[in-house]
Amino acid sequence: MSSVISAGTNEGGQELQSRSELTAKELFREVGSVLRLSESEAAKLAEVQTEVPEDQTMIINMGPQHPSTHGVLRLMLELQGETVLRCKPIIGYLHTGMEKTGESLTYMQGGTNVTRMDYLSPLNNELVFSLAVEKLLGIDGDIPERAVWMRMLLSELNRMSSHLLFLATNGMDIGAVSMMLYGWREREDVLRFFQKVTGLRMNHNFIRPGGLAADLPEGWRDDVLSILENLPSRLEEYDILMTGQPIWRERLQGVGAITAREAMALGATGPILRSTGVAWDLRRDMPYLRYEEVDFDVIVGQYGDAYDRYAIRFNEIRESMKIVYQILDRMPSGDYRIQNKKVTPPPRARIDESMEALIHHFKIFTEGFKVPEGEVYVGIESPRGEIGCYIVSDGSSTPYRMHMRAPSFVNIQALPHMMRGGLVADAVAVISSVDPVLGEVDR
Amino acid sequence: MSDQVEQAEQTVETLHGCPVVYSRDQRVLLVNREQYVSVVKALANDGFDVCIDLTGVDYLSMPHRTLEAGIQPERFEVVVNLLSLTKRERIRLRVQVPADDTNVPSLFDVHPGTEAHERETFDMFGITFDGHPDMTRILMPEDWDGHPLRKDYDQGFIPVQFKGSNS
Repeated sequence: MSSVISAGTNEGGQELQSRSELTAKELFREVGSVLRLSESEAAKLAEVQTEVPEDQTMIINMGPQHPSTHGVLRLMLELQGETVLRCKPIIGYLHTGMEKTGESLTYMQGGTNVTRMDYLSPLNNELVFSLAVEKLLGIDGDIPERAVWMRMLLSELNRMSSHLLFLATNGMDIGAVSMMLYGWREREDVLRFFQKVTGLRMNHNFIRPGGLAADLPEGWRDDVLSILENLPSRLEEYDILMTGQPIWRERLQGVGAITAREAMALGATGPILRSTGVAWDLRRDMPYLRYEEVDFDVIVGQYGDAYDRYAIRFNEIRESMKIVYQILDRMPSGDYRIQNKKVTPPPRARIDESMEALIHHFKIFTEGFKVPEGEVYVGIESPRGEIGCYIVSDGSSTPYRMHMRAPSFVNIQALPHMMRGGLVADAVAVISSVDPVLGEVDR
Repeated sequence: MSDQVEQAEQTVETLHGCPVVYSRDQRVLLVNREQYVSVVKALANDGFDVCIDLTGVDYLSMPHRTLEAGIQPERFEVVVNLLSLTKRERIRLRVQVPADDTNVPSLFDVHPGTEAHERETFDMFGITFDGHPDMTRILMPEDWDGHPLRKDYDQGFIPVQFKGSNS
């Protein structure tokens, strides 16, 4: 390591500082006054009495092992009694340098890396990575129709499994423990289908630059149909179990409210932005794959509270089912990957017959394919918001820089504003409603 | 030949005084450090009101890359992705940051949501952001040496230790 950058780089604590050490600007951020608020909104926030002597408040660490922080998120909360005065999320416990790792993996191998970031929607990670690589290669218009529709099918099923897991963990966090079991059970149905298609329940590396790894297996249509037929009646049941329950509504309604302007200023996307009434869904507004050809509704909330975010995800499962039905009707036949010899490995049978195929196969899996110089950003709608992939290529077979814009990483910034002035018991409900995946936050 | 060059120079598209280039059909604005914040403000008034992403790139091992529109390439680059919800458009800003002065004004006052991104960029590249309220590391431990995503940062390895081995 060069001596310049190994010089002492202690930048001070990442933790919540005592109030006397706060800079004015940081205080403004805590209070939310930089968030393009209207005067009345800012006044409402200022009503929270924070000018209390420091010996009357308590700083408490929630996490990194706390079960309802969904992994290793650590929140430092300043409490007065049960009221949260300030909150600071501290992250990095799961940081494994995946963006750095991505620089030494070929474009072919990159999928195995990115799929582990948001481990609850691995197929969406692979999809955005593949779309970015294809755009760099200039083959984004040549992907066969069947591959595109298969990608949509997998992406929507993945959205369903992710939201089902949200229902499970949200239920557990609020105290509806039976929902946890039900949610995991339904998700398992989807994962079983993924296992049949990709060979793995998670971290599939199935969507690859140029198409997919394999075609759908025999009988896939019946498997998807059985998932789609089982789910509606069960969703009805959960609707009665949770939405119909006064305790559930009491725990969520009005908790962790955020306004549209705040959400936009903080860069929050996905269900958090939609819960504030902003109808923004990349599938509809900046369509990728063939989303402009299917019919679905963008679910929006009104109050921006935890209840809206719960209801949005709940109904997005139903919308995803609607999309999957349309995909089943329209799934074209054809190739599942592009037939471009530089990108696609030759079929297994050809390797025994053709020397050229053998060489191609060997080269693709050892040195990978070269991608022309350039930089590109592609964003798609993951279950948690906009997931983006920024790739810089220097013309070699590994990315020069691979950056993932992780929705959870950005959404977590909204936690201090959602929690401010609330009760510590509601903190759990707020974290749960943001639905962060720490693998993606820390990358 | 010179006519063609002149013609090309005349037809360079500009937006808020900055040259616009297209990378795989995506609109990219090459901004210098002095204009950076004011251009982002102007774009925010144009409707690009959400800052989706902010990150850095270290071009240490690509020193001879060329940038369109006569911009002098530097070692670091700060890349900002802006999104307009009303126009359904994206625009990307690339700011050149020289190796000996890695200091960029913060976007915090325009887009408070860049707070975590700027901390991450600082953590990974050592690019500091002027006016950021809390310029500390975010992913790495606070006493960590160096900035991992720099190209001259040793990737390192963990020695495998066996019982009775010499090392």
